[in-house]
Order: sequence, then C-alpha cells, then structure tokens
Amino acid sequence: MADKPKYPTPQGNPETKPFWDAAAQGKFLIKRCTACGEPHYFPRTLCPFCFSDKTVWEESSGEAEIYTFSRMRKSATGPYAIGYVTLKEGPSLLTNFVDCDMDSLKIGQKVKVVFKPTDGAPLPFFTPV
Amino acid sequence: MSIKGKAYLAGIYEHPTRHAPDKSTAQLHAEVAKGALEDAGLTKADIDGYFCAGDAPGGVMAMADYLGLKVRHFDSTDTGGCSYLVHLGHAAEAIAAGKCSIALITLAGKPRTGAMPPRATGAEVDFEAAYSATTHNIYGMCAMRHMHEFGTTSEQLAWIKVAASHHAQYNEHAMLREVVTVEDVLNSPMISDPLHRMDCCVVTDGGGALIVTTEEIARSLKKPLVRMIGHGEALKGPRGGKDLNLTYSAGVWSGPRAFEEAGVTPKDIKYASIYDSFTITVLMQLEDLGFCKKGEGGKFVADGNLISGVGKLPFNTDGGGLCSNHPVNRGGMTKIIEAVRQLRGQAHPKVQVPNCDLALAHGTGGLLGVRHAASTCILERV
Repeated sequence: MADKPKYPTPQGNPETKPFWDAAAQGKFLIKRCTACGEPHYFPRTLCPFCFSDKTVWEESSGEAEIYTFSRMRKSATGPYAIGYVTLKEGPSLLTNFVDCDMDSLKIGQKVKVVFKPTDGAPLPFFTPV
Repeated sequence: MSIKGKAYLAGIYEHPTRHAPDKSTAQLHAEVAKGALEDAGLTKADIDGYFCAGDAPGGVMAMADYLGLKVRHFDSTDTGGCSYLVHLGHAAEAIAAGKCSIALITLAGKPRTGAMPPRATGAEVDFEAAYSATTHNIYGMCAMRHMHEFGTTSEQLAWIKVAASHHAQYNEHAMLREVVTVEDVLNSPMISDPLHRMDCCVVTDGGGALIVTTEEIARSLKKPLVRMIGHGEALKGPRGGKDLNLTYSAGVWSGPRAFEEAGVTPKDIKYASIYDSFTITVLMQLEDLGFCKKGEGGKFVADGNLISGVGKLPFNTDGGGLCSNHPVNRGGMTKIIEAVRQLRGQAHPKVQVPNCDLALAHGTGGLLGVRHAASTCILERV
C-alpha cells in the first residue's frame, strides 16, 4: 500500500458546521426538507427544490450504489478511482473509491461510506461492501 | 423581442499560433482584437461594446484599459469554454436593444507556456475538492455511463477523432495534422477510462476574436453577410443530487431555444461546429441538440458521418479542438470562427460545404458531469 494520501482539510462554514461535527463522530449526514420531503446533498439551509427553510439534518445509512466511475491513470500521485454514488436515501454525490481493487469496480455495485482523516474533520469516501 | 437577424458577424480572427512562449496573455488578446478589426475593416475607435471571460487578465476592467477601449456596454460572463458562444448571444441582445453597435469579443491565453487561472469554486468545495475531479475523469464518467445505458463503444467515439483528423490535415495551423484511424485511437494510452489520449483535445496557446455589429454597419463593410438568427443558453448541475443523469447536458435546453428562435430544425443545418473537448462531448451534444435520438449518437458518428464530403453532418472542418486548436482549454471561440468561415465560403476548399447557408455553433463550458453551461448559436448567410 502506498503512503496514505493527504486530503485537503474541509474549511467549513456556519451553514455546514453540523455536517463536519457529525463527521468527526463517524456520522454521515444529509439534509431533508420537511416541507416537500426531499433529501439533498451537499447540505443547504434552504431546500434546493422547494426553497423552504424547513430543512433538517438526517443521518444517512451510508449505503449506496455506484452510478458511474472512471479510473484516472494520468496522475502525479498515482491512479485513483472517481465516481458518483447514489445513496439509499436518494441523493447522488461525487466521491472516490478507496480500500479496494480499482479494476473490479462496476456500475451498480454496492458501496458504503468510510471516513478518512485530514488535519481537521474527516472526509467521506466510499468502499465496496 | 428576439435577436433573430439583429446582429451580424462582421469580423473573425483566429490566432495562427499554438505555442507562444514569447508573448503575454494580454498581448494575445490585443493581437486577436486587431486581427478581427482588420478582417471587418473597422478600427479600435469604432468599438463600443466589449465582451471577455475568465481568460482575460484582470477581467473586463483591466483588459479594456490595456486595449485602450472606450465602451458603453460590457459583459464578462464566464462559463468556461462556451463563454464566447454566450457572449455572442449577449452581444446580439445588446445590439438588438441599442446598447452598443460594434461589439468586440476576445479569448486568449497560454496553457502551454504560462500559468492557467485557477478554476473557480463554489459552495460545493468542501464536499468535492478532495476527490480530484479533472476534465479527463469527469468526462470519462459521462462516457462510462453512456456506454452502460446505451451500449456506446470506444470504436464509435474514436470515429469522432478520425473525422476531426481528416479535416485537420488541410489546416496548415492545426497542431495535429496526421490522419488517424479508429485503431490508432483505441491503441493510444488510456487516460481516464474509457477515454484514451486521442479521445482528448489538444492543449494550445493562442486565441481568437469576433466583431459583432448591426445590419446597417455590416452592409457598409466588404465582407459576406453572416448573421445570428437564434441563440439559447442553459445551466445544469447535480442540484442537490436528485435524479442525477450524466448522459445529457444543458444542450437539451439551449438547443431547442436556439432552433425555435431561428425557426429551423437540426435537419436544416448544413454545417455544425460542436464543442470537442473530448470525443464524448461531441457525441452527447449531437444527441442533445436533436441531430439524432438520445442513445443513438454512437451509430450517428460512425463510419465517417461527420467528415465533410463523406457524411451527412460535416463538423469541425478546421480540425476542431481534437486536432487543431483549443486555446486556453476553451473551445467556444474557434467553434464560431469556423462556422463563419463555412458560411462565407472561406473554409479550406477540401472541407468547404457546398452552398453552406445555415450553420450551428454549439458548446458546453465547465465540467459536463458536474456544473456546466451550454450555449447554442444558429447563424445564416444572408
């Protein structure tokens, strides 16, 4: 295994602080609008669908499946796999696939969230189940 | 109010350089502006509107000062590589509204021999920056999903590069003039799967400029008359992650708006400049604009259908971004310039479309699989 990659430290802001505080506890949060019922990611105070301010934090199962991916071969820090996953709760998000054999990744594959350390709050990544 | 027929493309200029270690970025902007003015038969003092994007050092205030412009209308909308297609639409609006009468649009930069301005980030930065999204892997993800849903193949994507290379062989300024085969593309190194090196555009120093004006002024000049008859623009992003779909772009909205304003359909288009940052970019745009159905782009581009004189839809007859030029990693400007050359009958004789009186120039900017813009311009010869 190569040296542990050094990830950028999330800067955070008043709107997203609860997300990073929860991440430090190993919890992966999404937001849900209690007016229209829609979940979303990354978190906003106002719902990006109905614009209500009645949004609440919700802990995600962290279970997802791969929507698409690409293995980046041309990288100064070595190859890596980037992709979109769709959470069991609905929203899709950009991520990297870690702790896995990159060449075995497939669209539709089940993955789960895993946190990796930074100099501040940990960052969510996904790994095959 | 419509912009249909209100704005004329009186001047075009593409810098011949692809490698400019001895020039500054601001200088390149000035050189392309001068070139477009000379093409139109106008002078700098005639310009009363100026449009530039994120490649202009210091933005519109610094750039207008450097150039010595005195304008009454300006716009520095930045939507990446399609900024200049957006500017053309906005210039047409400004001219139609009487806000300016002679507009200059410039693009220039030096990604090969100078620093690139950093990509702007937004509220998503903490939630995405760590994952090292690049143009290659984001477009790779689009291609991967397109193949999964529609059975599109690497061979079909390769035909897009093959067609571009057939055109580039006649362009003395093209960075890559060698004609390539489907096998050449498939045998080139994998960059970010499923995209090979030859699925990717070139990186070039250079630039281009346009002069857009009123009918009255255009008719007083000596150039063939080319005018805008339709424009559309649109934005697309993950929007909170709901119903993510990487197989279509904002072109599904910009295209129909442009066609409706112009009163024409994709079947009427004689020549198309289609943004070609990667082969997949072209394939998705052809579908999104309605040249074929969604999912049938692979079949549409195969067997030379995009080669001038061979296929049904001649595209990027200058060799495009895949072979000729992609200044500052922004291909929108050169898309407009080649469309105007075709409409003027000034494309290379080997690739000139006979009686080309209706053309489309279309592009996307930003990152197709993440946040991006699309702009569609429909142009006709009068």
